Amino acid sequence: MSFSRYLFKRLALFFLVIFGVVTVTFIICRMVPADPVGAILGESAPQELVEKTERMLGLHLPLYQQYLRTLKGVATLDLGIALRTNNPVTTDLKKYFPATLELVIFAMIIAIVFGIALGIVAAIKRNRWPDTLSRIFSLVGISMPAFWLGLLIILFFFYHIPLLPAGGRLAPYLSPPPTVTGMYTVDSLIAGDFQTFWNALYHLLGPALVLGWIQMAYIGRVTRSSMLEILNEEYIRTARVKGLSEGKVIFRHAFRNAAITVITMIGISVGFMLEGSVLTETVFGYPGLGRYSVNAFLALDLNAVVGSVTLIALCYASSNLLVDLLYGFLDPRVRS
Amino acid sequence: MSMNTKTITTNKTWRERHASEFSQIREFLFAVKKSKLTLAGLAIVLGLVFVALAAPLLAPYDPVKMDLANRLQAPSASHWMGTDELGRDILSRVLFGTGLALKIMIIVLLIDLPLGVLLGIVAGYFGGWLDEVIMRLADIFMAFPRLVLAMAIGAALGPSLTNTMIAIAVTLWPTYARLARGETLSIKERTFIEAEKSIGTPKWKILVSYILPLCSSTTIVRATLDMGNVIRIAAGMSFIGLGAQAPMPEWGLMVSTGRDFLVNQWWVPTFPGLAILVTVFGFNLLGDGIRDIADPHLRRGD
Repeated sequence: MSFSRYLFKRLALFFLVIFGVVTVTFIICRMVPADPVGAILGESAPQELVEKTERMLGLHLPLYQQYLRTLKGVATLDLGIALRTNNPVTTDLKKYFPATLELVIFAMIIAIVFGIALGIVAAIKRNRWPDTLSRIFSLVGISMPAFWLGLLIILFFFYHIPLLPAGGRLAPYLSPPPTVTGMYTVDSLIAGDFQTFWNALYHLLGPALVLGWIQMAYIGRVTRSSMLEILNEEYIRTARVKGLSEGKVIFRHAFRNAAITVITMIGISVGFMLEGSVLTETVFGYPGLGRYSVNAFLALDLNAVVGSVTLIALCYASSNLLVDLLYGFLDPRVRS
Repeated sequence: MSMNTKTITTNKTWRERHASEFSQIREFLFAVKKSKLTLAGLAIVLGLVFVALAAPLLAPYDPVKMDLANRLQAPSASHWMGTDELGRDILSRVLFGTGLALKIMIIVLLIDLPLGVLLGIVAGYFGGWLDEVIMRLADIFMAFPRLVLAMAIGAALGPSLTNTMIAIAVTLWPTYARLARGETLSIKERTFIEAEKSIGTPKWKILVSYILPLCSSTTIVRATLDMGNVIRIAAGMSFIGLGAQAPMPEWGLMVSTGRDFLVNQWWVPTFPGLAILVTVFGFNLLGDGIRDIADPHLRRGD
């Protein structure tokens, strides 16, 4: 299959999947046995207000019309009002999404740098103590409940040794930088405000460490196994026989070829991180998309649930799409 | 099976007929014995099963009985892990929580493995529109991060243990369906399946007696890798408040209520969290080891 046909097929699947995601989310929201309006307004709310809210949410319409309304809402980026915050859902998402994006990017940097280093060391020292140690370290990371690790970090590095801030994205005495990307670290650099930059970075540290460690474990494992596979190849032996230094063999020849698997893993990591951010943000009181979605779930704030779940799935599906396309571009066998 | 093979096989004992399976199992056990980390994982898992079964005998106190006079006691000889905000013994609650965690995991996998494998082999064997529908559905469900989908379903159905299990089950089946489909596609081309087809063996019989056993090993290996995940997701859901409800001795829930006492009574959230870590770690150690052994691709380098 040519790459352009592969691209077309993969894109078609992507749109189908997004359509499916919205449909599934809609079904989930409509199978609520509880009364979502009552959950928000309280049981003693006056009848008029209940009816008004139901009309606003479109709950008085027949199901198929509600479904069409949701589809149209997602397509036109107008998802209605989030009852809990009283803002349009899109406005909320615009505010919270960059915070999570920023967190995921920093966590990813931590995960990639340390994960790859860990994986390479483990592969070179295969079945010796550095390998065993890194395996245990990785498996502990994979097994770690993010919320609990977050609590321990807060306990030690906030209460006992005050190294970390209390939560949020910035110290209360600083005002957020003028919005360009919505990511405080980037925006403060654009504004040339270094105090705000360092403070924003400082607030990212705790949650990024938690998310990063867990992903570092996955990336480390994958790096190790793909390095091992390649270190067994003929051309590595050839390179050694040629008398290349071990460093050159490892980095120039082996790691370069292992990188494609690692890149795939990084793409998959985006999904895991979005998932992890839900718990991490809740523990650290970090106002991002994860915490927003949790609050929407807990309050049965339907518009906000549709918006945040669709956005999270969209990010997840896009990163998978990018990985697949990259893979398909580099390796023609994948396209069939 | 044709008459001819039947007469040959009846001359042998059951043991002889399955000699190759036996040697495979022996080889597998030998590989497990050789890998210390896998053995450690196995030991942890067996320990957990023991604790889960023997919790009523092992636990020094009633896990839900309140004792307000003894609330928030630090770990001591009478309460090894201290007591919580209602004076309940944390050790007893952690011990009873083991059974709960294992129960969730087992039920989820008992629903999902057969469901996923069945959908996968049907899709792979029959192909066509059936394959297309099942696999696109799988793609859609895989487009959600698991925890997020599980939480959305858990919130919609209402927080409870049963709904947690349903929610996690909904997120897990596509993995098994995909694996089973892939296996089926390669098995279905083999000569012995062609032979069965040519002598008129019914389709369902081919599926059940030939294809199903051949794809179950891959999916079971994959399921051992998911065991820890299921426990972690269930704990995450109850931590958020979308899973098990008080006064259940569920670990995630215990960490969640213990949050308020983090600073002055560190033991309240710490021990249940440690239990989650050890449990998930044990299952991951075992699953990781089994995967390494079962995947000849990885074994080649040894």
